Amino acid sequence: MSPSGAEFIRQIKSQIAEVDPADVHGWLNGAGNGNGGVTVVDVRESDEIAQGHLPGAKLVPRGYLESRIEGAVPDRSQHVVLYCASGNRSALAAKTLADLGYEHVESMTGGITLWKDRGYKVEVPRKLTSEQRERYSRHMLVPEIGPEGQQKLLDAKVLLLGAGGLGSPTALYLAAAGVGTIGIVDDDVVDLSNLQRQVIHTTDRIGVPKVDSAEITMKALNPDVDVVKYQTRIDASNIMEIIEGYDVIVDGVDNFPTRYLLNDASVRLKIPVVSASILGFDGQLSVFAPYDGPCYRCLYPVPPPAELAPSCGANGVLGVLPGTMGLLQATEVVKLIVGAGEPLIGRLLLYEALGATFTELKVRRDPECAICSRPPEEISEEEMGVFPDYEAFCAAAG
Amino acid sequence: MATVRIPPVLRPSTGGEKEVQAAGENVGDVLHSLADAHPDTQTQLFADGGELNRYVNVYLNDEDVRVLDGLATPVGGTDVIVILPAMAGG
Repeated sequence: MSPSGAEFIRQIKSQIAEVDPADVHGWLNGAGNGNGGVTVVDVRESDEIAQGHLPGAKLVPRGYLESRIEGAVPDRSQHVVLYCASGNRSALAAKTLADLGYEHVESMTGGITLWKDRGYKVEVPRKLTSEQRERYSRHMLVPEIGPEGQQKLLDAKVLLLGAGGLGSPTALYLAAAGVGTIGIVDDDVVDLSNLQRQVIHTTDRIGVPKVDSAEITMKALNPDVDVVKYQTRIDASNIMEIIEGYDVIVDGVDNFPTRYLLNDASVRLKIPVVSASILGFDGQLSVFAPYDGPCYRCLYPVPPPAELAPSCGANGVLGVLPGTMGLLQATEVVKLIVGAGEPLIGRLLLYEALGATFTELKVRRDPECAICSRPPEEISEEEMGVFPDYEAFCAAAG
Repeated sequence: MATVRIPPVLRPSTGGEKEVQAAGENVGDVLHSLADAHPDTQTQLFADGGELNRYVNVYLNDEDVRVLDGLATPVGGTDVIVILPAMAGG
C-alpha cells in the first residue's frame, strides 16, 4: 500500500539530517562549525521569498532545485542548510541533494516560521515595481547591471555641478537610467545662446533658472528621480554642506577656481568625481577617485594663466561636443555605481572631434600632491580651493 | 623628427597646426625646436629659468615626462609628444 503524503515526508525525514534554527543562527553569526562555513539555501517559491528570507541565503525554489543547485553551490562537499516555510519541503529537497551527491546537507526544522518565532532577523528583498521592471527592462537584460545594478542606481545619489553644456546630457541620461537622487548646482538662468548645446533646456524656458528647467525635463522623462536643486554658485562657504552625502560628483563647471575647490573638498570627503572639460573641438575626461587614484591636482598642480585658459563663452565650442563628453561622463557614473567595468581612474581621455581621434594618457598619483598626499582630516577648510597665484588668477580671469 | 601635438590654446601660435614635426634628442630639445619655429610658444611653454611652466603637462606618448626624466627624456623619431594644458570649459 502506498504511504500517505505525511507518512512519505516522515520517511524522508528519517533519512536526512535536520538542524535546529539556533545552530544555523550561530553559524551565520560567526560561530565556527569546522566545515569552512555554511551555505544556506531557501527552497521556497519566489512570492514567499519576497516576504523575507534568512540573511545571505541563496534562493533556489524547490521546483528548480536539480537544475539550479550547481550554480548556487558548485562544491558538493560544501555544508548546506536548506529551509522552507516549516521544514517539509526542505526535507524533501535535502534528500534530493543527497541523491545528487551532496555530502553534508541538513534541513532546518520548523523552517523560517520557527526562525522568526525565535526572533531571528530576516532580510526583506527590495522589489522593483512592475512599471520599474518595464522601464528598466533593457538594463535588466545586461548581466553587468541586472536587477541588483538597477537597485543600486535607484539608491544612488549623484551631484551635477553645472546644468550647462556637460550637465545637460549627463542629467538627461542619468535620469533616464533611474539614478534615484540627482542634485544639480547652478545659479544661472536659461539664455538663448545656451540652446545650441544645453539640450535639457527649451526655447520657452529662456529666463527660467537652469535648475528649474532641468528638473522639468528630468521629471517628465522619469518621475522616479528625486531632483534636488541648488540655485547657487558653489564656493568655499557652501561646498562641504552641498556635496556631503553624495555618492558621485559630476564636474562640468566652467572655471578653474571651482574645479580646484571641488577637488579639494571631494578628496577631504572621499567622494569620486567624474570630470570633463571642453573647448572648441577638444574634450578631456577622467575619474578622480580620492586615494584610489590621482586627484585633479596630481594632474594639474596649478591652473594655466588666464590668457591660456579661455572659456567656451570667449572661444566657442562645437554644440555636439558637450553631448559627447557629457555622455562619457554619464557612462562612467553608471559604471561607478553598479561596479561594472574599468573606470577611467588614473587615465585621461582626450577627444579631438575634428580629427575624430581619442587619445589616452596615464595619470599618476603625485606623492607630493598638495592635497591627496595627506590624510583627508589634515586638509583644512582654509586651504581648500587655493592655489599659488590664486588672487592674480582670479583678478585676470575677471 | 618627433611629432608634437598642439593643444587648442597654442594653435594660434603655430599657424593653426594641430601637429607639427620637431627635431631633438630629448623632450627639451624638441620643445625648443618648436619654440624656435614658432616663437610665440616660447613663453607659453617655458618659464624664465628655462624650465617647463608648471601649468603645462608634457607627455611622451602616453606617459607624463614628470615621471620619466623630464626635459632630458630621450625622444625617438616615431615618438609623439603631447602638450596638454588644463581646460575648464563646461
